[in-house]
Amino acid sequence: MRSGVVIFPGSNCDRDMIVALRQITGKTPIKIWHKENDFPNLDLIVVPGGFTFGDYLRCGALAARSPVISSIKNHISRGGTVLGVCNGFQILIEAKILPGSLIRNKKLLFTCRETTLEVQNCIKNPFLSGFKIGEYLKIPVAHNEGNYFAPKELLKQLKEEGRIALKYSKQNNSEKNYNPNGSSDDIAGILSTNGRVLGMMPHPERAINYLHGGTDGLKLLTNCVEQIIG
Amino acid sequence: MEPQSKLLKINKNEYLAQQKSKLEDALDMGLTKNEYDLICKKIDKTPNITELGIFSAMFSEHCSYKSSKKWLKTLPTEAAHVIQGPGENAGVIDIGENLAAVFKIESHNHPSFIEPYQGSATGVGGILRDVFTMGARPIALMNALRFGAPNQPLTKHLVSGVVKGIGGYGNCIGIPTVGGETNFDKSYDGNILVNAMAVGLAKKDKIFYSAATGAGNPVIYVGAKTGRDGIHGATMASAEFTENSAEKRPTVQVGDPFTGKLLLEACLELMNTDAVLSIQDMGAAGLTSSSVEMASKGSLGMNLNLDLVPIREDEMSSYEIMLSESQERMLMILKPGSEEKAKLIFDKWDLDFAIIGEVTNTGRLILTKDGFEACNLPLKPLVEDAPEYNKPYEIKINTKVLKPSELKTNLTIMDILIKIFKNPNIASKKWIWEQYDSSVMGDTIFANGDSDASIVKIHGTEKKESYGKGIAITTDCTPRYVKSNPIIGGMQAVCEAARNIASSGAKPLAITNNLNFGNPDKKNVMGEIVGSLKGISEAASFLSTPIVSGNVSLYNETNGKSILPTPVIGMVGAIDEVENSLEISAKLDNVLIVLGQSHNFETGWIGCSIYQEIINKKYDGAPPPINLEDEKKVIEILLKLNEQKLLTAAHDISDGGLLTAVCEMLFKYSLGLDINLPNTLINCNSYDPLLQSWCFGEDQARIIIATKDINKVQLILKENDVDFFVLGQTDSSSNLNLKDIATISINEIRNINEKTIPSMMGDEH
Repeated sequence: MRSGVVIFPGSNCDRDMIVALRQITGKTPIKIWHKENDFPNLDLIVVPGGFTFGDYLRCGALAARSPVISSIKNHISRGGTVLGVCNGFQILIEAKILPGSLIRNKKLLFTCRETTLEVQNCIKNPFLSGFKIGEYLKIPVAHNEGNYFAPKELLKQLKEEGRIALKYSKQNNSEKNYNPNGSSDDIAGILSTNGRVLGMMPHPERAINYLHGGTDGLKLLTNCVEQIIG
Repeated sequence: MEPQSKLLKINKNEYLAQQKSKLEDALDMGLTKNEYDLICKKIDKTPNITELGIFSAMFSEHCSYKSSKKWLKTLPTEAAHVIQGPGENAGVIDIGENLAAVFKIESHNHPSFIEPYQGSATGVGGILRDVFTMGARPIALMNALRFGAPNQPLTKHLVSGVVKGIGGYGNCIGIPTVGGETNFDKSYDGNILVNAMAVGLAKKDKIFYSAATGAGNPVIYVGAKTGRDGIHGATMASAEFTENSAEKRPTVQVGDPFTGKLLLEACLELMNTDAVLSIQDMGAAGLTSSSVEMASKGSLGMNLNLDLVPIREDEMSSYEIMLSESQERMLMILKPGSEEKAKLIFDKWDLDFAIIGEVTNTGRLILTKDGFEACNLPLKPLVEDAPEYNKPYEIKINTKVLKPSELKTNLTIMDILIKIFKNPNIASKKWIWEQYDSSVMGDTIFANGDSDASIVKIHGTEKKESYGKGIAITTDCTPRYVKSNPIIGGMQAVCEAARNIASSGAKPLAITNNLNFGNPDKKNVMGEIVGSLKGISEAASFLSTPIVSGNVSLYNETNGKSILPTPVIGMVGAIDEVENSLEISAKLDNVLIVLGQSHNFETGWIGCSIYQEIINKKYDGAPPPINLEDEKKVIEILLKLNEQKLLTAAHDISDGGLLTAVCEMLFKYSLGLDINLPNTLINCNSYDPLLQSWCFGEDQARIIIATKDINKVQLILKENDVDFFVLGQTDSSSNLNLKDIATISINEIRNINEKTIPSMMGDEH
């Protein structure tokens, strides 16, 4: 299992993702500086969270123009797997690797808290294929612009193509604010057409320890690694 | 518009260099006549405007502590585990395994009132720089906030802006904000308090200091460019000569957390090499205080060419460059020959890197600009001759002891609990905390009220059999106690902080303090300063928690009205096995026990309590007394019980008394409890002031613990001769019952607790 974590100026969840992947694979992922476009073939590339380029202009907009993006696109066209978390998801959207947009949270406030996610009936993908449909995962979010927005036709298409991977869910309780950002159809994460790219707002790398955040993030990442190794 | 300097036909900096200052200039810059005369005498000449500006910055209260120094010297600052006490960018303590915790708290009160977002954001940025300047990676942020009355028109705007600013900086730079306190009182209506604290982690043998070394070594400027933001008194100085019309810029600095993040990574990367000899953050008074302090601490001198300073705006004068408080800048002395290697790192992070001068052995600060000598000052008078005042003071102490029977009320216990949790000072701050990223870095165990102190795991200390070490952090102060009795109030802030650290399962280790007071020229305010420092000293030395860093913020007043005296204690502790840390929430079938006893066992201390304020609409009387022996005993026994893994939760009793604390322990899992009462209170009704004082009195030195093993715990408590009272066993009823006297629905109270702040902020979904 060879994995890499992309680092831009302002990335701040890179270390956390490296820790999580090392814990699962026993190997330290390579760090890919955003100016690099020449790195070895990898099984998994993660674009971690943070405030790349200070979120100036639009979240992810500047990072999406970094040299590393074309290499990520090549990796995807070779059938490679990519996970984008939080700002990483925003970057994948700005780079047009995933469709739609991520706009300000409905309440216009940064929000950091645990959310309950529901695994959707989605196309075959390495991230969730070990899970049951309807299974709940508790994973925290921390963002200001996580409100997934897409035109109706796109939402319909995503749904039909099974590309909605994770939704915020109220599970069994009556929590009114189960959706932390007001996203369309409660979407928390979406897949590429081939299912090899997942963009998600919640941070699986922050839920890898029973002492804090629980271990559902570890489950998701472990599943991903196992599916890739085969 | 053509700058007026052009019209003067001579170079602005030539003019600045040659023009002698006058007494009026000194007075405009906040110096007194005596101070001006002293300066002229000590440097044996009349300073020019730039030189005077440098003196006024170094002699300011902020840099020189001239009003408080005499009393700050009395604080206990030493212990075997102290690596660096006050005087550096931050305090440093030994936490074992060759690791050091580096921490400090600092205020950004005035800027935050003028511009809440930028003021609080730069407060966070500044305190983070103080910590990573010492070679430590910041691992946690805390804050202590005080706002005006909730119904005061500005309060909502200020809360909203300050919270956004704190989050804006901390979230972006990627350091978790793990807790703190937010309180409201009308005395802060015109003068809010924003105190930010940062804690970092370094290898014990890789701490960086600010003292310059080696004449001839290069002085390097790194980070953001220098602009005209934050120049105190720039307007008045300009009026004297040139651009009086040009700049009336707000004196609030503007923060850029993105640049802060780059500077953090670049500095830590460079510190991993052997290139850095000494380093100092450009905080208050910018290039002035950093160059003066570095040179004077090394008993050396410094020559700087101000033409080489990276600037953001055209035609900046020597005065402006020296006094600018632009953010995200550092000054470093590098090992000769390592400049290229260092520059590569800063290039990678797209930050400015400029060699602006060299260390000398002249003992003087010599600055040039446009080829003119802008400043030539001996360093000794700048630092050592700063005045130290012994201002007259009077410690006012309220000695009136309120008796429960003096408070007659028609409120039931349930009515009072509802009022307590409707009080924004007690209510859950979840609305605020959710705006802070508390989980970035992946090491946060307990944040934001989960535990009495916030707990962060120390990255890299994991072992086979343990998750590793943890750091515990808290900030505390009860200003109404300090107002009523500054000595007791100072002691109480330290004791509550220590109790909070212990209640999280960690050992209290050391303190950083933020002394926020009104105008020290007033006798009673000076008395508050002297009294509370006395109390802090006594408690800190008794509990072996020395003060290793801190900040003083004076003149916090509006229209002659001072804020409540607010000496905030930031305390740090450590726990060896982080899985042993304790949250406040009790679990099902736990027995709750109060450690320690109220002052007369059967009633409670109501003077200055939240309860008394509910009944009387004001705080009155003496605050609860402090018995340091008792405090120490309670802390030690709690840690002993926790070491034996006998505890499941702990929560200190503070604002709102015993019943408030019990409710807070039951909220998370919606538990119930049939609470035992002292025999003398069994026959009371719900209005009885004796019973109410037992429920809501604020006697100190008490912690409620939860255990699954009551027998073992009781045995140990008896063996150690500790006073305790068994409250009862938690059940799944979600009702807190006081015999037949009162039944309290925990879910109803929790609902109120969580709605108070959102409803105050107009965010009720």
